[in-house]
Amino acid sequence: MTDQQVHPDEALETEATRAALESVHLEGLEVKSYTQWQLARKKFFQHRLAMTSLVVLTIIILAALFADYIAPYPFDAPNVPDRSLPPTLEGFHIFGTDKIGRDYFSRTLFGTRTSIYVAFIVASVSTIIGIIVGGVAGYYGGKVDNALMRITDLFLTLPFLAILLVLSSFLGAGNPVRVAFILAFLFWTSLARIVRGEFLGLREKEFVEAAEVLGASDRRIIFRHILPNTVGPIIVNATLIVATAILVEAALSFLGFGIQPPFPALGKLIADGQDALTTQWWLAVFPGLTIVTIALCINFIGDGLRDALDPKQRIK
Amino acid sequence: MGTFIARRLLYSIPVLIAASMLVFFGMSLVTDPLSQLRLIPNLSQETLQNIIDRKHLEDPIIVQYAFWVKDMFFNQFGTTAVGDNPIWPDLQRAIGNTLQLVLISELIAVSLAVLLGVLSAKRQYSFFDYATTTVSFFGFSVPIFWFALVLQALATAFFLKTGIRLVYTFGQSSPDAANPFIDRVQHMILPIITLAYVNVATYSRYQRASMLEVLHSDYVRTARAKGLNERTVTMKHALRNALIPVVTVAALNFGAVLGGAVITETIFAWPGMGKFFIDSLVRGEIYTLMAWLMVTSVAVIAMNLMADIIYGWLDPRIRYD
Repeated sequence: MTDQQVHPDEALETEATRAALESVHLEGLEVKSYTQWQLARKKFFQHRLAMTSLVVLTIIILAALFADYIAPYPFDAPNVPDRSLPPTLEGFHIFGTDKIGRDYFSRTLFGTRTSIYVAFIVASVSTIIGIIVGGVAGYYGGKVDNALMRITDLFLTLPFLAILLVLSSFLGAGNPVRVAFILAFLFWTSLARIVRGEFLGLREKEFVEAAEVLGASDRRIIFRHILPNTVGPIIVNATLIVATAILVEAALSFLGFGIQPPFPALGKLIADGQDALTTQWWLAVFPGLTIVTIALCINFIGDGLRDALDPKQRIK
Repeated sequence: MGTFIARRLLYSIPVLIAASMLVFFGMSLVTDPLSQLRLIPNLSQETLQNIIDRKHLEDPIIVQYAFWVKDMFFNQFGTTAVGDNPIWPDLQRAIGNTLQLVLISELIAVSLAVLLGVLSAKRQYSFFDYATTTVSFFGFSVPIFWFALVLQALATAFFLKTGIRLVYTFGQSSPDAANPFIDRVQHMILPIITLAYVNVATYSRYQRASMLEVLHSDYVRTARAKGLNERTVTMKHALRNALIPVVTVAALNFGAVLGGAVITETIFAWPGMGKFFIDSLVRGEIYTLMAWLMVTSVAVIAMNLMADIIYGWLDPRIRYD
């Protein structure tokens, strides 16, 4: 299994599935069974790139969360004697300093913390909205479905970045939480469509009918019976939203419509370094590389999760 | 087909109305197009009052909206609040400039992505396949603005080192260009690379996935079984069906990008729709913003429709009625 790299599109028969199949054949009635989650976990652990990314991402997240203890310098402390230093081990300015001597490694750490914080709010809020809208539309169908899907279409037709910029210039972004909610307000549509599609299919299934016959309430059927079956796509989508949110937040902050000082943000750091691109390249390069690394890790993890959680890809 | 198109166009009318009201009311509530004028110390009250009268700024918002709708239909989007300049000529120029960038970069992106996607599907799990996969994962993970900045820095560094002007990093043309065509191309190269790279990354993944699916399908096996050579199987039988997803995604994206590659145009100072939009937003100029919004939304709706039509043409099983 040396080729366990990236192939989101097709399945590989994994050790886990093979073991599961073999145990069925060999031991006759004594079936060694794995739950869905055990199979998914095994498959995910075998996805080497996803596992490596998970480790790297965990390190970055921990470093960012504990930035207060790890960062060698505060976020906004000028230190003029050390100004415009290229990356150096002296004074541990490994990402260099800017023209008033602020340490860019520390600034990048604090900026990363904001980015991650924003991305997680966006992912959770938009996932909740997406599940509710998609679930209600898919479960009740008919007029409700039509109305909700037209609203979703409206969101998809509107030029995305434009609405984002207009909203954030109206609401006066600046604050990370507000930026996160603006993003979440626009990010739920793809998940709503996915969840709706799943619900439309599942609500016709026998087990849902059985639950209805037993007198279960709509809420119980939605949350206990149907929703658990759609967890796979939801998790994959939420992961990808984290990556997109980090990229979009950085772009917004870069354009000056996102997070603004005194809050640290990677996009703003890059914008600050933009003017000195040829003379002090480190100012724009390191925050940028941090974003690339985080987004790359999340995309690889998302890819591994998609392989692991899609039962259609598992046994073929 | 005719009824399908007609119905879709009818459906899009309420969407356009909703979008325009949303933005118009939102903008009117929060911004004041005269805010910058009011800062000018010795501007007479009369001048301000003139603008207010001309744009009916003291009437209820719904009346202002009605006047805007009238201007849109009968006066080519009317004029700006400040300066009373006609909007349409500027907007037209911006559309033209954006089209230059977007058409070329989209063309490059689609052809390159189809090529890469087909090759990596044909040689699944080869070194080439892994290499394109890795490059395309970088493509979705790189912030566009940062990628553009890095290109700019590299180009500038190259110029400073060697003194050879390969590409320009800013604007659309130089005033003293010996050959305007070559000069324009030199200005376009970096924005086009920026726009194309991200799209190649996405499109080639779609192309690879759909090609793999088609290559494993029964009818392709039949084609091989009856002794057709591999080239005919790939090019004539498989590729046509495998193109469907990429064409759809590209058409949808094309519509969206017509609103201007906001980030790319801002960084390279390209006077297109994206820059037009950002400038309107920064100046709080509601009328230019609305004109931009209408053109962009119509483009998005038209391209969505186009995607569906192409879809039906590529796959005759899909029927619209």
